[in-house]
Amino acid sequence: MMHRREWIYGWLFLSPALLFLFTFTHYPAVKTVFSSFFSTPRGRRPEEFIGLENYRTLIQDEVFWQVLMNNFWFAVGTIPASIGIALAMALWVNSRLKGRTLSRVAFFAPTVLPLIAVANIWMFFYTPGFGLIDQLRSGLFGLPAGNILGNPDSVLAAMIVVAIWKEAGFFMIFYLAALQSIPPVLREAADVEGASSFYYFRKILFPLLMPTTLFVSINAIINSFRLVDHIFVMTDGGPDNASSLLLFYIYEVAFKYWQTGYAATLTVVMLVLLSILAIGQFFLFDRKVHYQ
Amino acid sequence: MSVVGASSLRNWPSFDTVLNAFAMWLLAFLWALPLLYAFWTAIHPSAYETRFVLSAPLTFENFQKAWDAAPFARYFLNTVMLVTMILICQFILGTLAAFAFARFKFPGRDILFALVLLQLLVMPDILIVENYKTIRALGLVDTIAAIGLPYIASGFGIFLLRQTFMSIPRELDEAARVEGSSFLGLLWRVYIPLAKPTYLAYGLVSVSHHWNNFLWPLIITNSVETRPVTVGLSVFSAIDAGLEWSVINAATLMTSGPLLIAFLLFQRQFVQSFMRAGIR
Repeated sequence: MMHRREWIYGWLFLSPALLFLFTFTHYPAVKTVFSSFFSTPRGRRPEEFIGLENYRTLIQDEVFWQVLMNNFWFAVGTIPASIGIALAMALWVNSRLKGRTLSRVAFFAPTVLPLIAVANIWMFFYTPGFGLIDQLRSGLFGLPAGNILGNPDSVLAAMIVVAIWKEAGFFMIFYLAALQSIPPVLREAADVEGASSFYYFRKILFPLLMPTTLFVSINAIINSFRLVDHIFVMTDGGPDNASSLLLFYIYEVAFKYWQTGYAATLTVVMLVLLSILAIGQFFLFDRKVHYQ
Repeated sequence: MSVVGASSLRNWPSFDTVLNAFAMWLLAFLWALPLLYAFWTAIHPSAYETRFVLSAPLTFENFQKAWDAAPFARYFLNTVMLVTMILICQFILGTLAAFAFARFKFPGRDILFALVLLQLLVMPDILIVENYKTIRALGLVDTIAAIGLPYIASGFGIFLLRQTFMSIPRELDEAARVEGSSFLGLLWRVYIPLAKPTYLAYGLVSVSHHWNNFLWPLIITNSVETRPVTVGLSVFSAIDAGLEWSVINAATLMTSGPLLIAFLLFQRQFVQSFMRAGIR
């Protein structure tokens, strides 16, 4: 009797959240896969089944491959650097150094800003001729003005710097939380044994922070797919798509060229990449990490 | 990496400590630089954009110009309505769902919970194409509700609240049950009050996230009446026609201002909230 009542209440309490969750997450995820096999509806002509045609386009689409590589390099440039900096920030802020509160504010502040505002602020540094970087180049070294964002070779690096600035303080928080849960006894024991600080960090602290590092890495990978707002302000994906990322390309294909069928196909690629990440996460979390 | 070495026995800090402190200050300065720079240009006349002299006259004119050049008051109103709506809905839906997961036994619970967690990975942020079709089918394009709808059932929020609810001892609900409380009464009188810190933490994270969101609002809105500040700012700074940098920077600071000021005032709570929300 009691159990029956729990069933009903359970489903009743759950249903509003599930309704919205299914409508805006699960249904569109599944529908995306379906749409990728259909053409884009045009005017009066409805969408029709075209099999793998969109995927053939995908494989032959040079821009897609370029954007995928950009995303790869963006991830490689952003993730290890921001995690490393975040760890250093957390160790410093968690210590008894003078000025740690002010430093924490400085490290964390970019996290509260909208990425679109961050991009505006950084434009100030990057603008050719006028921006602070060019001013320094000509002022200190007498170099001619360079166009950092207009050059395919440097534009992605410029974006990576912005992403690291924005994200490191956010990841610092997770390390800070982890550090505060580590018993101080460990440090004292290491001191008594005469272990050097570096040894302590390498052999005790770093392994204990491993779950955090994994968690942060996964967040960082998801963010490297998700964060594209700055592109709108800084480059619009240019020059020659050199700074375009996958989600930005999906936006362009869907809402600039209105090729929704092909945009669905591109989204499928994104979903596949995220699924691989999920599977990897499952195995990594199961094996390599020890919980306290 | 030692930060508190054996040096505390002596009167002056060890070389190690000095080195660490110096490195921390340098990094903190580098990290603060872009914001300080934006602030500098926003409160000085444009002639001082790259001339850093202490005698530069202060001005509030840049903010005034930005405020007059675009309907920022309306944008702010839209954003405030948006984040309030999202927060209230997330709290209600999240609380009910989290309570069901934490306290009821029913068939399919574990599968449903896994489906909820899936949203941590596949976020509405990347499903823009299909979600746009859904919103269009509902006839809600260019409404504030449309910006919020995909986010009001938050897998993250449900997960966070469930963890908190599960840590509340069962004896408490039995006591309340004996007194004749219904499930809703139990939730209202026992669970929600005990989970207050989680609500605060989650609320801060949610508000700052949706205040800052850009791509989906950009897609789904196209008028002044619905645009949030982030989209408004991008429209504003995209007008090339002779807007001075100092004005754009003033607008930039203005749009992030409320969050930034709240952060500076309550920075300890902010950091702790994000920490609480991040611990799994």
